[in-house]
Amino acid sequence: MSIGRVARLVARRALQAVPVVAGVVTLTFVLIHLAPGDPVVMMAGEGGDAEYYADMRARYGLDRPLAIQYVRYLQSLAAGDLGHSFEYQRPVADVIRERLPATLLLAGTAFGLAVGAGLLIGVVTALAAGSWLDIGLRVGTSGLFAAPVFWTGQLLLLAFAVVMPVFPVGGISSLRGDAGGSTRDLLWHLVLPALSLSVGFLAVLARVVRSGVMTEIGREYVRAARAKGTSRTRAALAHALPNALVPAVTLVGHQAGTLLTGASLVEVVFGWPGLGRLLLDASAQRDYPLVIAVLLTVSLLVVAANVVTDSLYTVVEPRLER
Amino acid sequence: MTPAPHHGPSASSGRRSTATTGVVLVGVVFAVALLADVVAPGDPFTTSNDVLQAPSWRHPLGSDDFGKDIWRSIAHGARTSLLVALVATAGAVGIGVGIGGLAGYRGGLVDDLLMRVTEVFQVVPRFFLVVTAVALFGSGLGLLTAIIAFTSWSSTARLVRSQVMGLLAHDHVLAARALGGRPLRILVRHVLPLALPTLAAQAAFQASGAILLEASVSFLGLGDPSVMTWGAILHDAHHFLRVAWWIAVFPGLALTLAVLGLHLLADAAASREY
Repeated sequence: MSIGRVARLVARRALQAVPVVAGVVTLTFVLIHLAPGDPVVMMAGEGGDAEYYADMRARYGLDRPLAIQYVRYLQSLAAGDLGHSFEYQRPVADVIRERLPATLLLAGTAFGLAVGAGLLIGVVTALAAGSWLDIGLRVGTSGLFAAPVFWTGQLLLLAFAVVMPVFPVGGISSLRGDAGGSTRDLLWHLVLPALSLSVGFLAVLARVVRSGVMTEIGREYVRAARAKGTSRTRAALAHALPNALVPAVTLVGHQAGTLLTGASLVEVVFGWPGLGRLLLDASAQRDYPLVIAVLLTVSLLVVAANVVTDSLYTVVEPRLER
Repeated sequence: MTPAPHHGPSASSGRRSTATTGVVLVGVVFAVALLADVVAPGDPFTTSNDVLQAPSWRHPLGSDDFGKDIWRSIAHGARTSLLVALVATAGAVGIGVGIGGLAGYRGGLVDDLLMRVTEVFQVVPRFFLVVTAVALFGSGLGLLTAIIAFTSWSSTARLVRSQVMGLLAHDHVLAARALGGRPLRILVRHVLPLALPTLAAQAAFQASGAILLEASVSFLGLGDPSVMTWGAILHDAHHFLRVAWWIAVFPGLALTLAVLGLHLLADAAASREY
């Protein structure tokens, strides 16, 4: 498939996502207007005189009809303006831009770990189906899938930062010593949070890959390869696995929301300075513009991940291209 | 559709043991919740001088920094979790069946419109939506449960819609429609019963999601402070990981087993789909 075709494919998927994006934006607009309290009083503080409030209201367009306010909201979003944070006294977009990389680093690393380990466990359990190894790994992954991500984080923290102090208890860099700020130091802080976040995904992926490989391995093309003398392991890896990956790609790709949710909770456990911690602080402070902007940001990230996944799915399964 | 992999006798016994384990786990959580006043009598918020005690005869699962008994907290927390799970799931399934049923039955513009709304609720991560709603409207347990229900119906709606669309073409439904049956009656009498195993699996899965959502919100310290919840214990536990592992380990274990039980029940129900 040429680059041009892939680009067209992605563009078409992105276009299909427009109604959903419009819906998400509308939802956040509704939430902003459902927020309790007068936004002007929130921003300007109580005790201002009526004239001052009226002035503020006019400045932010709050005296205009709802439809006009909606159009204005769309315009400001299009310009990258997500509002003004009460708590930080700064544009919300700036605050989010600062925090987003940490969350993406955590989520991306966990995703990589989960894909690697999930594929491995999925193939091993498929090849050893029915054995004690298979049963043990499946029971283990079912448990990992059920465990809440913040508890997994607490257990790993307990084991590898408290009982055996191998890794730091939290944060993103060392405050003492000269290691702080180096890549090595960052990775050292990243291990436990990323591991905590990855186990749930690893479990789901292992399950899908196992059942996919087991289905494919019984198909004629794999049996033909076996009949020609290909070993069982090689048949599974070279023939069955690529086809078993198709459902796995969709499943994992559509989990972006779960991944960001997990990342946020893990951030709170490990004091990782990303969107999750920001959301918690903003909720505790009732900083509505910031809370709603975080919601909008993660929702748009999910839409983007879905566009990529659906495009990827069409690339690996060209029959679906319409 | 891909054909199902070959199931030997061991596969069916595996399915049975899945169902049994699920029933036992969920049953134990139910029993503890119902009998909380018997197996762990007293107000779970009662403090004592036994501060940060390791598990012992007096406190089988230890005590926290206020001397609250962890076993009592867990037993009473089971009530909260199950209450939230039952009510939120009933609400979410109700909304989902309503919207999905209407969309599937009517088709056309109604279907298009409802499915666009459903897609929005599928894309917005539930956890963030729930935290936003809690920040805006407060976190009383009833409100939190309603918020969870209101944000959790989208997958049920999609499922019911596709089931309804598939089943509408069945002969018995066509016959009922030809005889002039009212849409709601046809839906309830002729379509939904066939979708029941799928719906049951979905409901069990939804219930586990509701438990996890409530626990997550409470873990962040944004939950209802007037009720005992597993998430809230884990929130408190976090400050004492160094000195009191038991505060974190046991409530998390309860949470995991409850969720696992519901997942296994969902698997068992799903394997009965036709």
